[in-house]
Formats: sequence, structure tokens, C-alpha cells
Amino acid sequence: MNSLSKLRAQETARVAALFLTPVFLILAIYVFYPILESFRISMYDWNGISPNKTFIGGDNWKDLVVDGHFWKAFRNNLTIMVLSIAIQLPLGLSLATFLEFGAGHKILKVYKVLWFVPLLMSSVAIGFLFTYALSTTDGIITTISKFFGGGNVDLLGNPKTALFTVIMVICWQFTPFYMVYFIASFTNIPYDIYEAAVIDGATRSMYFIKIALPLLKPYIKSAAIMSLVGSLKYFDLIYVMTSGGPGTATELMATYMYKESFSNFNMGYGSAIACGMFILISLTALFTLKVLNRRNTDDLI
Amino acid sequence: MISYKHEIQKSRICWAIAIILATCYLIISITPFIFMVLNSFKERFEMLTKGVFSFPETFYLDNYKEVVSGGFFRYFLNSAVVLAISLCILLFIVACAAYPLSRFRFRFAAPIFSLIVACMSIPIHITLIPVFKMSQAIGFYDRIWALIGPYVAFAIPISTFILTSFMKSIPKELEEAAEIDGCGKIKTFFKIIFPLSAPGLSTLAIYDGVNMWNEFSFAYTLTQSRENRTLPLAIWDYQGEFTMNTPMIMAVLTLSLLPMIILFIIFQDKLVKGMTAGAVKG
Repeated sequence: MNSLSKLRAQETARVAALFLTPVFLILAIYVFYPILESFRISMYDWNGISPNKTFIGGDNWKDLVVDGHFWKAFRNNLTIMVLSIAIQLPLGLSLATFLEFGAGHKILKVYKVLWFVPLLMSSVAIGFLFTYALSTTDGIITTISKFFGGGNVDLLGNPKTALFTVIMVICWQFTPFYMVYFIASFTNIPYDIYEAAVIDGATRSMYFIKIALPLLKPYIKSAAIMSLVGSLKYFDLIYVMTSGGPGTATELMATYMYKESFSNFNMGYGSAIACGMFILISLTALFTLKVLNRRNTDDLI
Repeated sequence: MISYKHEIQKSRICWAIAIILATCYLIISITPFIFMVLNSFKERFEMLTKGVFSFPETFYLDNYKEVVSGGFFRYFLNSAVVLAISLCILLFIVACAAYPLSRFRFRFAAPIFSLIVACMSIPIHITLIPVFKMSQAIGFYDRIWALIGPYVAFAIPISTFILTSFMKSIPKELEEAAEIDGCGKIKTFFKIIFPLSAPGLSTLAIYDGVNMWNEFSFAYTLTQSRENRTLPLAIWDYQGEFTMNTPMIMAVLTLSLLPMIILFIIFQDKLVKGMTAGAVKG
């Protein structure tokens, strides 16, 4: 009997290994190996084309640690992260709450559909759309400003406003995502709870603050984590809109890495930036998970 | 009674404010689209002289004609081919991986699952240079085939996560009955679990499909010539060609948004559900 169960366990393990092989094969080729390779390349001075690369040990890393450009990019990433969470989540939640409380009104369905549309567009398309929509000579903002007797408005070309403008575009893109996400979360609150609250004489705002919000907390947390990791990896929209400019005003770790590797052909240093980015993101993600985990273990993921 | 009336009045005012705010957001959210569609029907100089929000005098279709004759469908076709192949591979291997992770009890199930899920936070940029070199080495550089591997690989973590939690919800009894009838584990997968996972797989297809359809970084790095590029890069290439011609770019943008709008109209709820699948707590 004992040997039979052992045999079955062996059989299970064998089938499991067989079924897991394809996924691991692909992850190994396209994720694990490239990560190691990037760390290796980061120790060379190499333009990516010529066959001779020079081993320079930790020089790229020493440069990276004191590279103001890189840390500026990281700070921009953090700014995007903080403002994304601070704007998109509350806004998404408000929109979802509005739709939830107004359920039944036909017109709200129209609102919901139209609010969702930005999410259908790719980041690249949004980037281009806003580059033109915010253009200094005939963009939307300039048109409005001229209507009120003002002059041309240059939001993306001004280092003071560029980052903030880009963040607004990011919020425009992703708020609908959090809206839909919170609508789905609302449906997970049992209807009985709402009924019970109403019978006990709760007003809608009381229900929202005292009952719905605490019940939505785990969803808000995981939304925050998604937004956090996403903001640190951000690339395409900003690369298209400003490619990090003017100056370093909207530079991100990813855009800096891309330009350094594929425009300046400093693949060694580009790899070092990519590895630095990888380390910073992993640390941030681990730290956040730890902090949030301390309060409640199974809220996550 | 008085306080009740007072309450109703208060809630009416609240609603009025809420609707005004909601409408403001609605305007913010659709103005760029109005800008895009209106100007795509204008002639280049009409936009400059008449202003961006004027209604086009005649529906000028030459922008669209020129975009389409400039090989737009080639991008479209490339995107479709890459998407179809990548999705088939992805869905099959992810189903294979989710099966043991959700239905078997073996020692390494939990750590393997965590390892795969942890890959979600890996930025694609750390793999960009090695993958670029790899594609060159095996002759895939500037071919659409180069995109399939990275697309599948970076979709694996979240897809495995979603599908594993889906498969966990399939009742155990079916599997046990099959086992009693002499069905082995492999056969159980193909005959029972895989077919029963169809709803989960279709959600995944939407979620990953949208992401792959819009992917930019790998496509931009691994392909170069126009005939081998995907749809997000069409915008990039046309932009290089018609920098100053805003209506032309708006036509490209409108055209590239069109497939998604059509899908959205047909499968509204399913699409919305699929696109937020990655966010659903397991």
C-alpha cells in the first residue's frame, strides 16, 4: 500500500514536470537567460555591433551609482508612481461609485461606455494623439487659451510642466482601467449587506464610508500594487511623446536605458541601467509586499 | 418628516453636483477623440485655417486613401499573424502549466507558482539587449517571428496566475470519476480539464490579445523594415513620413483604433471583463 502511494506520488511528479516544461523552457530562453546575460554585458564596454568588447569589471556600475541622469530618471518614475496612485485610484473609485449608486439610469450606461474608450487605444497611439492635441500651435489647450484671449501654450516643451502634463495623459489613459476594476469589485460585495445597511437606516454616503470602503480595501491595495509596479516600468507613452525631454524633464529609467543602448550604442552601460532598474523595481515590489503583508497576509495577489 | 424632506433635497443637490463632475470628466475623456476624428477628415490646410474644432467642410477621404495605399494593411496583417500564433502557443502551454499547479499535490507546486508569478514585476527592458542579440544570431531580426517568443514569455506569468485560479474552481469530482474509469492524468487534462477551461481561456485570450496587439517595445527593437512591422509601429512610421501633416496622422490613429472599437461594440462586456482579468484577486 505504502509503495503504491509512493508510486503514485512519483507518477504525479513526473506528469507535473512534463506539463511544466514548455513554460519553463520559454521563460528560461526569453526571461531568465537574458537577465543573466544583461548582468554579464553590464561589465563590458561594448557598442553592441563590433565583435570586440572590453571587459571593464564594475566600471559601468560605478558610473551608474553616481550618474545624476539615472537618479533623476528614477525620481521621475517615483513622481509618476505617487501621482498615478493619488489621482487614478480615487478618480477610478469615484467614477465606479457614481455608476454603482446611479445604477438603473440609462444615461449612465452611455457615460460608462464613453469613459472606457481611452483604454481601447494603445499607449503609442495615445502618445501621438496627445503630442498633436497638445501641440503649441494648434492643439486643444492652445485653442482654448486663444478662445479666452491667451496665447500659445507649450506644455510639453517646457521643462517645468512637461512631467506633469505627461502624468495627466497617463491618468487619462489608465483611470478607466481602475474604474472598471472597482466596478467589478463592487459586485463582489454581497447585496444583502447593502440591504441590511439600508434597513438599519444608513444613508448612501454612510454606506459608502462605513461599509463599502472597508470591504473594498483589499481591492484598493492590489490596485495600488499594480499601479506601483506599472509606473516603475513605464516606457512607450513617454518615449513617443517626449522621449525623455526636454532635457531630462521626463526621463524615465526605461527611456534612458533605451536611448543609451539603441541610439548611443552604449550597450554595456545600457545593460547596467537595465539591471539597476531591475534591482530597484524588485526591491520596491518586495518592500511594498512586506509592508502590506504585515497587516493582512492573504489580501495580496 | 421635515428632516426626511431635507435629506431628499440634500441628496438631489449631491446628485446634481455628481452629474456635473461626471460630465466634466466625460468631456475630458472624449475631447481628444473628437479632435482626432474631426481632423482626420480635413485637408491639411483646412485644419490650420479653420481651427481644430471646426466641423470638416467636406468629408475629405484622401487621408484615409493615402494611408491605406501606403501599406497600412501590411502592418495589420503582421499584427494579426503574430497575435494568432503567439496566442495559440501561449494558451496551450499556460493551460499545461496551470493544470499541475491547480490540480496536483506535489512538493514544489507552491514555490514554482510563486516563481512564475514573481516574474510579473520583471521589466522587459532588462531582456531587451540579449533578446535583440539572440534574434540577430538566429536570423530572426527584422522578421515578425522574432516577436512571438518575447510576447509569449512575458504573458506567461499573469496568464498562469489567472488560469491556475480558474482551474482551481473546476469541481474535483469530475476528475475523480475519470480516474476511477481508468483515465490517466494526461488524458484527464485533454478530455476534461482543457475543455472545461474554455471560459478562462477566452478571458485570457482577450487580456493577452489586447496587450500583444498594442505592444511597442519589442516590436520597435526587433523589427526595422516597414513590411515587417506591427500596427503600433505603423503610427510611428507614418509619423516619420508626415511629421507636419496632422490630419494624416489623425487618420492613421483613427484607423488603428477602429478594430478595437468594432470588437468593443460586438463583445462589450466580455472585452471589459477580459481586459481587467489581470487585476482580479484570485
